[in-house]
Amino acid sequence: MAKKTMIQAITDALGQAIEQDDKVLIFGEDVGKNGGVFRATEGLQAKYGEDKVFDTPLAESGIGGLSIGLALEGYRPVPEIQFFGFVFETMDSIGGQMSRMRYKMDGTRQMPITIRAPFGGGVHTPEMHSDNFEGLIAQFPGIRVVVPSNPYDAKGLLLASIKSNDPVLFLEHMKLYRSFREEVPDEAYDLPLDKANVSREGKDITIVTYGAMVRESLKAADDLAKENIDAEVIDLRTISPLDLDTILTSVKKTGRLVVVQEAQRQGGVGNNVVSEVSQRAILSLEAPIGFVAAPDTPFPFGQAENDWLPNASDIEAEVKEIMSY
Amino acid sequence: MTAQLLDSGLSKTTLQTIYKQILSARRLDERLIQLQRTGKTSFNVSGQGQEIGQAAMVAAFDIKKDYFLPYYRDMTAFMLWGATMKDILLDSFGRAEGPSSHGRQMPNHYGAKHLNVVSQASTVASQFPLATGVAYSARLEHSDRVTLVTTGEGSTAEGEFHEALNFAGVAKLPAIFVIENNHYAISTPSDEEYAAKSLADRGAAYGIKGVDVDGLDFTATYLAFKDAVARARTGAGATLINMNVIRLLDHTSDDNQRIYRSKAELAALKAKDPLKTMTQQVLTEDIYTQAELDDLEAAIKKQINVATDQAEAAPLPDVASLTEQVYAPKEKGNGIYG
Ligand SMILES: Cc1ncc(C[n+]2csc(CCOP(=O)(O)OP(=O)(O)O)c2C)c(N)n1
Ligand SMILES: [Mg+2]
Repeated sequence: MAKKTMIQAITDALGQAIEQDDKVLIFGEDVGKNGGVFRATEGLQAKYGEDKVFDTPLAESGIGGLSIGLALEGYRPVPEIQFFGFVFETMDSIGGQMSRMRYKMDGTRQMPITIRAPFGGGVHTPEMHSDNFEGLIAQFPGIRVVVPSNPYDAKGLLLASIKSNDPVLFLEHMKLYRSFREEVPDEAYDLPLDKANVSREGKDITIVTYGAMVRESLKAADDLAKENIDAEVIDLRTISPLDLDTILTSVKKTGRLVVVQEAQRQGGVGNNVVSEVSQRAILSLEAPIGFVAAPDTPFPFGQAENDWLPNASDIEAEVKEIMSY
Repeated sequence: MTAQLLDSGLSKTTLQTIYKQILSARRLDERLIQLQRTGKTSFNVSGQGQEIGQAAMVAAFDIKKDYFLPYYRDMTAFMLWGATMKDILLDSFGRAEGPSSHGRQMPNHYGAKHLNVVSQASTVASQFPLATGVAYSARLEHSDRVTLVTTGEGSTAEGEFHEALNFAGVAKLPAIFVIENNHYAISTPSDEEYAAKSLADRGAAYGIKGVDVDGLDFTATYLAFKDAVARARTGAGATLINMNVIRLLDHTSDDNQRIYRSKAELAALKAKDPLKTMTQQVLTEDIYTQAELDDLEAAIKKQINVATDQAEAAPLPDVASLTEQVYAPKEKGNGIYG
């Protein structure tokens, strides 16, 4: 075991995926010789060859279609979309085709594709480079959306995603890439998909979140503990479909809920959580559901980023408000 | 052999102005690199190696009435289209007065409403379909204005490029589509981007004239654009121009090209710097004397210092404006109230 950044954990997982399964192919813009613009595929082409790890032309719609065609022929494509903000170019591949292939072919075809894409704010990449559009893809049944919150999870969830026989959008938060290190086993391991993780147990209030907001929520929970508020933090890991069991069990235990997402408040995954809990556990709630999210604007300019992005103190404030209801 | 500057048919005074602008753009880029490295700005895209082609391109347009949809490496082109050093620096510092986005977007998405320059989105090649709309409006209005749009060669693999060219051919649009071909898309060399012999050949596929030009040769480039502009202005339709240039520096300030380009390649590249060639021509053709060039360098340096100070001192966008301009203000008669 060694301490690794999330980007190193991802590179590890990609190499091991190729070793585990001959059908795994890694491709995308600048992933070969250059090793990816974030260095996620660094050294992989040199080690595994140009058949397994290759550069594509600059065309995301082409990358999506290429993945689908390869998957139809039994391969396990792991394409990279250089920034998730460029997902629009390949929206037809994702929403129109791969997410519904199994369904429309009545199970005779499958799409074992894992699309990796960096996303998220806090690193001053402007405009479409930072957008949190995971909610858009969460609207499509048939594709999973997985968002790791730390290096250990990233490795296990990525290996599991690549093994799964359905498409996965695997979103890597850019702020988490290098901001901290954590013990990550050297050997390959899988973590379950469709299963949320209780990152911190608590009895007073449940915080449901994912991605970069997990660390912010844990920070908030530590501070709240000093004021005798014992928060449970649930890291969704797979944000679509939702692991309702874990969420509902926790809410029934604590009786209070705050949902936290980095994305804009409108649409989005947090609203799905609020809606499900309202429908299934409203009688267990002792207070209205709290919600921490970014304002309903496009991703803002650099100077406003810190004001726009939710953080630990926003979460703390919301938790206190719900606790004092 | 690079053609003589005076063979362009442009006057000595015009060539002096253009050379001055090119030199200003190069020195300004050097300043922008410095500002990024010292942490005063967050990001820079350098266009070094593409300046001469860009200047020759813009020189063929009537910037008072034509439209321009540039891409992120077009600082020199934008400056020839009318942007000042201060404009560029304001954008780079993310200041509220910056013309491209008032500090709301990334610096190199050049735009200015008063100059008829449209700021691009981050998605490469997405400006191409937009340019067809801008060009179509000229047709609707029976105007002879011409629309110029640029992108890099890697981006021509995107569907948007092809969709735009197809429509431009069908509608005979008064537009000029330019590929600034520096033979790399970040790390990917052009032989992995496309298999066509020349990207100019793609014009034929859409019923558009395709032209190849050496963007390191000022006069050859200018004449090619002059011809294309004349055709567009007189209703002969669009032209696709594949302008061969070089990318002297990293893709952006976030990139390191030594990972994917050899030392030998980079050294050979430096020797081809088109600014060196043009400076030599300027001297040989007696457009400027060495003494005049020395004065010019000093004057540019001063201008850059002043512009840097002014831009740095200018205010940032107000964080309170963060939630503004998502929708139009609610006013009677604008549809919101029915
Ligand atoms: C749709 C989309 N995909 C990927 C990117 C990331 N990206 C930005 S520039 C670039 C390379 C563009 O190369 P080229 O078109 O040759 O222009 P150059 O940068 O060489 O001038 C890439 C891949 C993007 N901005 N938009
Ligand atoms: Mg290029």
